[in-house]
Amino acid sequence: MRYGMAIDTKKCVGCSDCVVACQTENNVPVGYCRDWIVENTAGTYPKLELEIRSERCNHCDNSPCVRCCPTGASHIIDGGIVVVTHVDCIGCGACIQSCPYDARYSHPEGYVDKCTFCHHRVENGQNPACVSVCPTHCMYFGDLDDPNSEISKMVSTRKWKVLAPEAGTKPQIFYLV
Amino acid sequence: MSSKTHETLPAAEAKTLLNKISDDLLRPIQNHKGFTMWALFLGLALALVLWAYVIQLRDGLGVTAMRDYSAWGSYIANFVFFVAVSLVGMLISAIMGLIGVEWAKPISRIAEIVAFSAVAVAGLVIVFDMGRPDRLLNVFIHGRFQSPILWDVTVVTTYTAISLVLLILPLIPDIAIMRRRMTNLPKWQKMLYDMASFGWVGNDAQYHALHRMLKVLMILVIPVALAIHTVTSWLMASTLRPGWNSTIFGPYFVTGAFVAGTAAVIILMFFYRNNFKLKEYLTDYHFEMVSRLLVLTSLVYLYFNVNEYLVPGYKMPLHEGQHLTELFTGHWAPLFWATQIFGLILPIILLLFKPMRKPLPVTIIAVFVLVGAWFKRFIIVVPTQFHPFLPIQNVPENFTTYSPTLIEIAVLIMPFILALIIGTIVSKLIPVVSIWEVAEQKGISREVLNQE
Repeated sequence: MRYGMAIDTKKCVGCSDCVVACQTENNVPVGYCRDWIVENTAGTYPKLELEIRSERCNHCDNSPCVRCCPTGASHIIDGGIVVVTHVDCIGCGACIQSCPYDARYSHPEGYVDKCTFCHHRVENGQNPACVSVCPTHCMYFGDLDDPNSEISKMVSTRKWKVLAPEAGTKPQIFYLV
Repeated sequence: MSSKTHETLPAAEAKTLLNKISDDLLRPIQNHKGFTMWALFLGLALALVLWAYVIQLRDGLGVTAMRDYSAWGSYIANFVFFVAVSLVGMLISAIMGLIGVEWAKPISRIAEIVAFSAVAVAGLVIVFDMGRPDRLLNVFIHGRFQSPILWDVTVVTTYTAISLVLLILPLIPDIAIMRRRMTNLPKWQKMLYDMASFGWVGNDAQYHALHRMLKVLMILVIPVALAIHTVTSWLMASTLRPGWNSTIFGPYFVTGAFVAGTAAVIILMFFYRNNFKLKEYLTDYHFEMVSRLLVLTSLVYLYFNVNEYLVPGYKMPLHEGQHLTELFTGHWAPLFWATQIFGLILPIILLLFKPMRKPLPVTIIAVFVLVGAWFKRFIIVVPTQFHPFLPIQNVPENFTTYSPTLIEIAVLIMPFILALIIGTIVSKLIPVVSIWEVAEQKGISREVLNQE
């Protein structure tokens, strides 16, 4: 089992519905977010290109945040999901520093928080909150090890990229381009 | 400690000399002129910064300017600074002690005082930076040895312990002298000295044991001290940040530490020389020699600086290049060049001239070096965090800049005050220059030293 996400940058309209859904689902404090929208423009007028991405923790295979955690609060659970056990976290910030995607933030309560792929929903066979609310259905969540899953098909048929591949973290979020 | 034998003075002459030496060195302990004001100042300052820390404890790290991108702000720069300053204890008292450098003996205790008070507060600085200091014990309960944070905890505690022992052990003969000579002490102080002299009478077996223990510790402290600052650099180098992704971070930090520590020792030497009236023990010659040490360490540090910035600066790879552009010509350029020029290059050039190596000028230079050293740590820690792999965009304006808040600055000052308090207590309890080692250097025999 290896959970991953594929996000279609051609379909994403940047409505931030995923951001709000996540904040509501996971009780994220006001002013913070576990996922966010990035808009990149490229090229020169009149040949301009706009790429919109919904970004979050990449649940890396080679996760630097888990490696450097002093207490094991950051760890990997079934399906390769990287989570933080809030009560074990001492808030040293080492994981925040080591994440090339800035996917983690310091919760006002002092511990570090991040995207969990909504594993409390995934356990019950549901999609993560962000995926289930997306109005353009641009996000696909599923098991990368299962060749018949929707995400496996997407990743094997479409062209994709990952963010900051040079960091060598083996991210599990694929942006379909 | 050295194997060199000094010419022995005749007993009567030796005795008068010893009287003078111990009078001179013990006088500051009982002379309280200005001490009350100083203690009052330290107490008030501590109360003020403690209040700031209580606010931070109550409201969380949100009261600081440390945000998503600058999660390790000035606190970590402060931590690196204190660890750096503490390393000088190893350089002066261990390395130079083992080589047998004679001029380093009278200042080795000063170096140990600097080392101990700096490293003792360094551990605290980390606690200030933790989001949940109440869960500190989790580091020991759930500790994962794969994490650089845990390596740091291990070596900081080890180095604190060894530094304390290295401060106390060479004190034993001195404390025996103090017990005999200082008769009008309060009861608790008398008891303290009775305990801390460990029944020292100065026979051959005791000297032998003391020298052996010191030798073992001096050898032991070298790898531990190297480890403490190397591991501190690895806290940064082991992350995936363009500006920290460097293989020379270990030696780069260690050499920088020697510069900062030597500067701190020079400042403290100057203070003791004038305030404690120790002109005969901390002479111009000693200042001349530590100035040369400062030049030497600065030159080695300069070499590592060139390595650290020139090699990536030549290639200017994508992410590293953005970071270096900001340092060389961008937002951080004034601070970057100020630390390099006033904290490193100018001191080296100035100290080449002999008049600059006199006590007052070299102390002024040392102040610049020490302040430069703090901002150098700031330059290493903070700007890197604003140059992540992915460009910063679509975040609130205050996420993209960093300037410490007042409460943060107060908490930042707290370790300085704590270190000063530790240093003050230590220098009110023990002679800051070793009596027995100076006596040995002046040719006073062990018999004269330990009789009475």
